Amino acid sequence: MIRDRPLVLVLPALAGLAFLVVPLLGLLVRAPWAELPARLFSAEVGNALRLSLVCASLATALCLVLGVPLAWLLARGDVPGRGLLRALVTVPLVLPPVVGGVALLLVLGRRGLVGQHLEAWFGVSLPFTTAGVVVAEAFVAMPFLVIAVEGALRAADPRYEEAAATLGASRWLTFRRVTLPSVAPGVVAGAVLCWARALGEFGATITFAGNFPGETTTMPLAVYLALETDPDAAIVLSLVLLLVSVGVLAGLRDRWVGGAG
Amino acid sequence: MLAPVLAAALVGACSSAPDGTTVTVYAAASLTEVFTGLGADFQAANPGARVSFNFGGSSALAQQIGQGAPADVFASASPATMEQVAAEVDRPVTFARNRLEIAVPGGNPAGVTGLADFGRAEARIALCAERVPCGAAAGEVFRAAGITPRPDTLEQDVKAVLTKVRLGEVDAALVYRTDVRAAGGEVEGIGFAEAERAVNDYPIAPLKRASPRGRQFVDFVVSQAGRAALTAAGFDVP
Amino acid sequence: MSLRAELRVVRDRFRLDVDLDVAPGEVVALLGPNGAGKTTALRALAGLTPGGRVRVDGAAWDGLPVRRRPVGVVFQDYLLFPTMSALENVAFGLRARGVRRAAARAEAARWLERVGLAAHAESRPRALSGGQAQRVALARALATGPRLLLLDEPLAALDAGTRVHVRAELSRHLGEFTGHTVLVTHDPLDAMVLADRLVILERGRVVQEGTPAEVARTPRTDYVAHLVGLNLYRGVAEGGTVRLDGGGVLTVAEPADGPVHVAFPPAAVSLFPQAPAGSPRNTWPVTVAGVEQHAHTTRVRLDGAPPVLADITTATLADLRLRPGDALWAVLKATEVRTYPITGAGGG
Repeated sequence: MIRDRPLVLVLPALAGLAFLVVPLLGLLVRAPWAELPARLFSAEVGNALRLSLVCASLATALCLVLGVPLAWLLARGDVPGRGLLRALVTVPLVLPPVVGGVALLLVLGRRGLVGQHLEAWFGVSLPFTTAGVVVAEAFVAMPFLVIAVEGALRAADPRYEEAAATLGASRWLTFRRVTLPSVAPGVVAGAVLCWARALGEFGATITFAGNFPGETTTMPLAVYLALETDPDAAIVLSLVLLLVSVGVLAGLRDRWVGGAG
Repeated sequence: MLAPVLAAALVGACSSAPDGTTVTVYAAASLTEVFTGLGADFQAANPGARVSFNFGGSSALAQQIGQGAPADVFASASPATMEQVAAEVDRPVTFARNRLEIAVPGGNPAGVTGLADFGRAEARIALCAERVPCGAAAGEVFRAAGITPRPDTLEQDVKAVLTKVRLGEVDAALVYRTDVRAAGGEVEGIGFAEAERAVNDYPIAPLKRASPRGRQFVDFVVSQAGRAALTAAGFDVP
Repeated sequence: MSLRAELRVVRDRFRLDVDLDVAPGEVVALLGPNGAGKTTALRALAGLTPGGRVRVDGAAWDGLPVRRRPVGVVFQDYLLFPTMSALENVAFGLRARGVRRAAARAEAARWLERVGLAAHAESRPRALSGGQAQRVALARALATGPRLLLLDEPLAALDAGTRVHVRAELSRHLGEFTGHTVLVTHDPLDAMVLADRLVILERGRVVQEGTPAEVARTPRTDYVAHLVGLNLYRGVAEGGTVRLDGGGVLTVAEPADGPVHVAFPPAAVSLFPQAPAGSPRNTWPVTVAGVEQHAHTTRVRLDGAPPVLADITTATLADLRLRPGDALWAVLKATEVRTYPITGAGGG
């Protein structure tokens, strides 16, 4: 198999693979297998896992609702300063998530620019709530979706949209029936990345939404807090997170992303 | 074959060699302000010496030291976390005591007066997680007072709690008296009687593999000058 | 009621400046070399490219967005929506124009029936052959009842075998269409078969227009002459002789005066190894520049004054054993030469 492939590529490839996989094996080796079942079915793990899955999925839904139109605007809309806009969209990628969390507090917190009005007019307060977790995860994960969908839109042939226009379709109908179906694989790939990022989100979540079991303690927060006092528990939590995410991603990949090429 | 070489190179680049002139101090987050000042004083008193700090949650620091982190000195916010690294350190001594205080945002918008407010459902409350020393101390205080607190968030260290108070995101929190003092006017402190029931001992110890400079820094902290700085920051000194 | 368009598009260094009139039921073909502006003209008519004015049946379309123009477009590679079935593709325009779902699908099914694709209603475009896709595209364009049908190289994507069949089919559908049709092609055969009138574009301008027969008989540019396979020259006539602009003098059967085009088919030219005895008029020395073998004849490109194309039989070819550079004599029968004045669009 490997005979025809140049070693100068194969060796770094194998080293890279080992670099990614060996730490995961480390988790497996160090896992407290004997007490695993008892820990696995504890209320703590169950709560955190349920919360993580719910929040990551809601955050992905939020990103889809806001991010797909944003990607469309970047790819198709004739907006001035598009380069700058695109750079701004990707800021959460490079921003340390903790800083993102502080920024969210400053805007959406109880005394934040927007948050104080939310509280005064609607009685809505996001910090320390599950909704806050969703907001924090969406903030960090949305660029993944936007970038993936924008790429797909740029690769799609705009002449189909012209064809739709000659048939009398409005831009909204064109977007819904022609553009969106043609970039569906890109949207799915983006949503999967977005979901995975949201599932692992830690810094922005703990800063903006705080940490309270059953309310805002997602798996990554539980792992971090457990790590300080009970490393075995942290390993169990990490394994669960790992297993669930690998399962979901592999399942989605076979059904959707693989076909997208 | 390449990976270990690379990894070794990275590790080598990131950790400073123990050259005997730099003292690396791992200290509880609540010591940030006072130790930063003490470090400068120590450098002034010992020309050529350099002190670098790693401030964080005591349990996280203990965890790192347990994994071989290159520390010379460990100053913890609780004897329990010092206990975790007993095998790594020499004779810990208690150098300071801290007590909890109620912290409220400037102006005390929710009108908090005492510990009893922590049981009110409508008050927004932040506490340290039970697993970190300030959380454990808070637990003792509430047990002693017979109050069941209703926190909205359990933060991973005392500075994170203080940030929430400072931004006005919570109405009240339990933090160390020293933290209230360090925060200046943005945060107001309210003392309470039960604080006496959970006084926190701060142990300090040089690591066994520490350089002589490390032991010298420990001596400096427990010296007259160190005690004065700690007292000024709001600590009780034994 | 008819279509009148003044198309003005300026882009980079290209300038399109075309006036176009189309009568109802008429099929006009825009014919021209690559880069002449044919597709740009089509896009301007559809509103996809801004520029110029269009009036159809007395209504001004200027400023009307694409989706409000009653046009149907068959795009070069059809652009059938890949995620929809053939039926959904045809129904799309009706749905977009507010027709209810069931009615739109029924109408779409009727159109697929008309183009002979009822059996493929549920097929995805990917599963259709080139000819089938072309017919779906035509049905999609016609289903909305457009006043203007635009076809961009409708047969270019098809292989030669399919093309003959689809061309005949398309000709039938265009015959039944009562609106205005503008089709773009670079293939003279498609244009001659499908169109009632040809408009020849070169470098963004109309250089000639007329019925296929007129254009074929009296080409006014080298491009058109080449398309229809005629020798074409410009010159100045004085009675029975024409002094050609590029050099040479021809004797013609129809006397004329002033600037004229002179055209004759390559078959009117004979070739001889020596100057023929009796020295008939219209004889001049030429050298062989190239030889092309066609189905039944051989076409010889010759340099001289004037340069000329000659068609010779295979027997003659065997006699002459032509090679590039050979010196020959060309003889042209005056009775086969047409002269016509340089006027109108071709005057430039």
